[in-house]
Amino acid sequence: MPDLLLELFSEEIPARMQAKAADDLRRMVTDKLVAEGLVYEGAKAFATPRRLALTVHGIPVRQPDLKEERRGPRVGGPDAAIQGFLKATGLASIGEAKIQSDKKGDFYIALLEKPGRAAIDVVAEILPVIVRTFPWPKSMRWGARSAKPGALNWVRPLHAITATFGLETEAPDVVKFSVDGLEAGQTTYGHRFLAPGAINVRRFEDYEAKLLDGKVVLDAERRKDAILTDAKQLAFAQGFELIEDQTLLDEVAGLVEWPVVLMGSFDAEYLSIPGEVIRATIRNNQKCFVVRDPKTGKLANKFILVANIEATDGGRAIVAGNERVIRARLSDAKFFYETDLKTKLEDRLPKFEQIVFHEKIGTQAERIQRIEHLVAEIAPLTGADAEKAKRAAKLAKADLLTEVVGEFPEVQGLMGRYYALAQGEDASVAAACEEHYKPQGPSDRVPTDPVSVAVALADKLDTLVGFWAIDEKPTGSKDPFALRRAALGVIRLIIENRLRFPLYERAMLHALLFAERALSEFEGKVAKSARSLDFIEPGLAKSLQHRAHQLAWSDAMLERASERFDALTKDLLAFFADRLKVQLREQGARHDLVDAVFALAGQDDLLMIVRRVEALGKFLDTDDGRNLLAGTKRASNILAIEEKKDKRTFDGAPTPALYSLNEEKALAKAIDEVKAEAGAAVAKEDFAAAMRAMAKLRPPVDAFFESVRVNDEDAKVRENRLKLLNEIRVATRAVADFSKIQD
Amino acid sequence: MDSLPAHMRPDRSFQGLILALQRYWADYGCVILQPYDMEVGAGTFHPATTLRALGPKPWSAAYVQPSRRPKDGRYGENPNRLQHYYQFQVILKPSPPDLQELYLKSLAAIGIDSAVHDIRFVEDDWESPTLGAWGLGWECWCDGMEVSQFTYFQQVAGVECAPVAGELTYGLERLACYLQGVDRIMDLNFNGREGADKVTYREVFFQAEQEYSRHNFEHADTAMLFEQFRMAEDACRKYLAAGWREEGNRKQHLMALPAYDQCIKASHVFNLLDARGVISVTERQSYIFRVRELAKACGEAWVHTEAGGAA
Repeated sequence: MPDLLLELFSEEIPARMQAKAADDLRRMVTDKLVAEGLVYEGAKAFATPRRLALTVHGIPVRQPDLKEERRGPRVGGPDAAIQGFLKATGLASIGEAKIQSDKKGDFYIALLEKPGRAAIDVVAEILPVIVRTFPWPKSMRWGARSAKPGALNWVRPLHAITATFGLETEAPDVVKFSVDGLEAGQTTYGHRFLAPGAINVRRFEDYEAKLLDGKVVLDAERRKDAILTDAKQLAFAQGFELIEDQTLLDEVAGLVEWPVVLMGSFDAEYLSIPGEVIRATIRNNQKCFVVRDPKTGKLANKFILVANIEATDGGRAIVAGNERVIRARLSDAKFFYETDLKTKLEDRLPKFEQIVFHEKIGTQAERIQRIEHLVAEIAPLTGADAEKAKRAAKLAKADLLTEVVGEFPEVQGLMGRYYALAQGEDASVAAACEEHYKPQGPSDRVPTDPVSVAVALADKLDTLVGFWAIDEKPTGSKDPFALRRAALGVIRLIIENRLRFPLYERAMLHALLFAERALSEFEGKVAKSARSLDFIEPGLAKSLQHRAHQLAWSDAMLERASERFDALTKDLLAFFADRLKVQLREQGARHDLVDAVFALAGQDDLLMIVRRVEALGKFLDTDDGRNLLAGTKRASNILAIEEKKDKRTFDGAPTPALYSLNEEKALAKAIDEVKAEAGAAVAKEDFAAAMRAMAKLRPPVDAFFESVRVNDEDAKVRENRLKLLNEIRVATRAVADFSKIQD
Repeated sequence: MDSLPAHMRPDRSFQGLILALQRYWADYGCVILQPYDMEVGAGTFHPATTLRALGPKPWSAAYVQPSRRPKDGRYGENPNRLQHYYQFQVILKPSPPDLQELYLKSLAAIGIDSAVHDIRFVEDDWESPTLGAWGLGWECWCDGMEVSQFTYFQQVAGVECAPVAGELTYGLERLACYLQGVDRIMDLNFNGREGADKVTYREVFFQAEQEYSRHNFEHADTAMLFEQFRMAEDACRKYLAAGWREEGNRKQHLMALPAYDQCIKASHVFNLLDARGVISVTERQSYIFRVRELAKACGEAWVHTEAGGAA
């Protein structure tokens, strides 16, 4: 069966777009082929800086013929209907129609045959549409034709289209089509500098081979392999080790058609700059790799570049040129670094008073003050020394104002650590300057040093509470301030460090610090009249009052705003709950168990929630657990039916005097015992013990359902038994809401 | 290039480099213009690019444009950064199909041999928020050094380019450093002579860099500049309003160029205020927006002029 070769030859395609473009091309062409009834055997797409290419092999020569029967009017029907039928089906006369009989009578049937078209014609129709609708992230017009409406858009000017179709054994045909004046043919071009001449291609095999002769490695994977192998060897030969960098490798492979790996060096004096800065300079600006000395693990004064040509001088000029650029870059970096070292981090802080963090939240200086405040309060919860934590919070953002971070934003934090150590700060304080940004994502490391943990938590909580206070929450796919990431960071910091962290209280108290700033935001939303703080737990209410006094707020103002604080804090907790659910689910925990625990009231201790979910999962893996779940569900189902029937609930304690059967009494007794025992275990946070206590409910529940008829004729007995069933539900709520658990 | 006398060679002489580029593009058929006589931040601001890029009429021009970036001043101390430097600008409308080849040949004309040097087109999408302009193209690298910007204009002054123009911008000082093999712009040989006759870039511009850095960062009169911004903005709007003529159903503009001068003025004054650090982050956006609105109004006026294609 025939093969299709397609190449779209253009000016340089951005490296970051190439892989997806190749994939899109393959998907679009093969989807269309299949939709046209042309089921192919295989397809592969390629991209280089100047071309997208696709080979599809094993395409049928023709589409299958399509046969269709179309039912027409009744025999002897009105003439207009028959004429219409002839017109619609293309029959010359009604004599060409068949007659078919069924229960309703005789009808005309037209047998329509749509012969399959030659695949090459179908392809010629498909390809121009795909070129015109190709999903480039950004595309452009060019040249004289761009003045006309409907001019072609492509990522960069498109110069040639090669499209051939045919059997392996024969000379293939050119697929005849044109797009915006560009005719498909079988001429492409080799490497821009090494073999710029025209190349006549027939099919994929000779296309790939001729390109290779023309100094073009078509397959990006081959280019990457070649670069990696050569780079490693070159480093090894000089006694170094390549620092591998997949992202850079992907990018570099998209910048060359003929990779030539060369090594250059820079003056060893630049090694006094932190290695990360050297690497950032060389990588980001010059797209070169760095190498290390395998003995010391430290960066060596060498770099590896990937050129696109085999230079006639063996690459001497290229290496010399790159060395000059890198020398200039490193000289800048060294100058920045040394300049930075001349100013102490704390001396930079006043500048933050001029820098707005967010229009409605205020300046960076205010933010840093709040973080210092919060960190001092939560330091005991993380086991951090409060003074060190405060110091770290004070300095942690200062590196944002340094020259090096201004130039290379990705080393923020890290430079803070270098500068803190250089000015003799405590090691924990320095570490926190770097680590308080962590974890940056689901796979990033979570800090463990208590000072880092405290500052990291305070930093993220301040952000979250602040944006909640001004009502700037993530919606849908929009999360411009990365608040989801911040919340996940808080979750991971708490859980992975096994911290007891009362989120509601901390967030509520912290929210007060934004009230001043966000007063205008609050104004419309606070209650018109004061409301007592009764609905808040007394200890917390007292802390709130204390803080309000510190902020020179009147009690009345606090009371008026308290509901708003409560609402925003609860809303923030719900956001945490959602993120935790996502996180637990990703780790393989059953989402229904997570729901079952969250359904309990007042859950703001993330660590306890996680422990409960773990214990619950283990319990439900046992026989006792499964059976108790079944028993509880049965009780719930019965209750649901009867509650609906009677239009009432059966809350409240059953009356012991109405128990007539032993099983009833035994269940009532077991419920009382289990409630007490599980309650005590939960109070001690021993969820495994609570589950063990729950397990004791199983035999009496089973026995009850075995022998007791709930719907007794005596209405009072029935009511009492339903109340007893309700008690099973109530008892199990000590650990989770079992009704949320799926079977 | 071999036929050139030593002092005219682009690898020996800064002015030789400029002359070689001018000669190359003149041979191609470009109009060789002189710099625009106003302070601009880049060659793109020259009306020969900004305005001439608009409308259907073909246009090929090349020129040197002294460019001022007040914030980039370093008192002459930074090896690569200046508040005043030269750009060589080429604008071809419509963009010819062989623009990349033309560009590579221009590099050959100044002595960059593509058999020895690694020349690359690296993605760089160009956008000028103050001009309401954007285009796609590349930074052109020679052995890892950015030597030019290459852009296919898609929109300028808020107007779609039809047809698209190709713009090449050569950073002359950097290119010259590379060709002459020096590490500091100030060390460039300006006139290509040796010995007592040699004039360096330092002799021509060092004092200016120092003086203007002082001016830009420390002394530029901000009260005056705020006032100048306002005046330029007002004048631009006034000239635009006065320039419209309607004859029957034909709308024409008769003063797009003088109005655009005031837009350029406003832009440069804004850059000075920015360098003085008297514009806050939020205000910055609004100033940029105000200049862009002027640029867009000028673009709209230009396409109703004769050269803009209205006739």
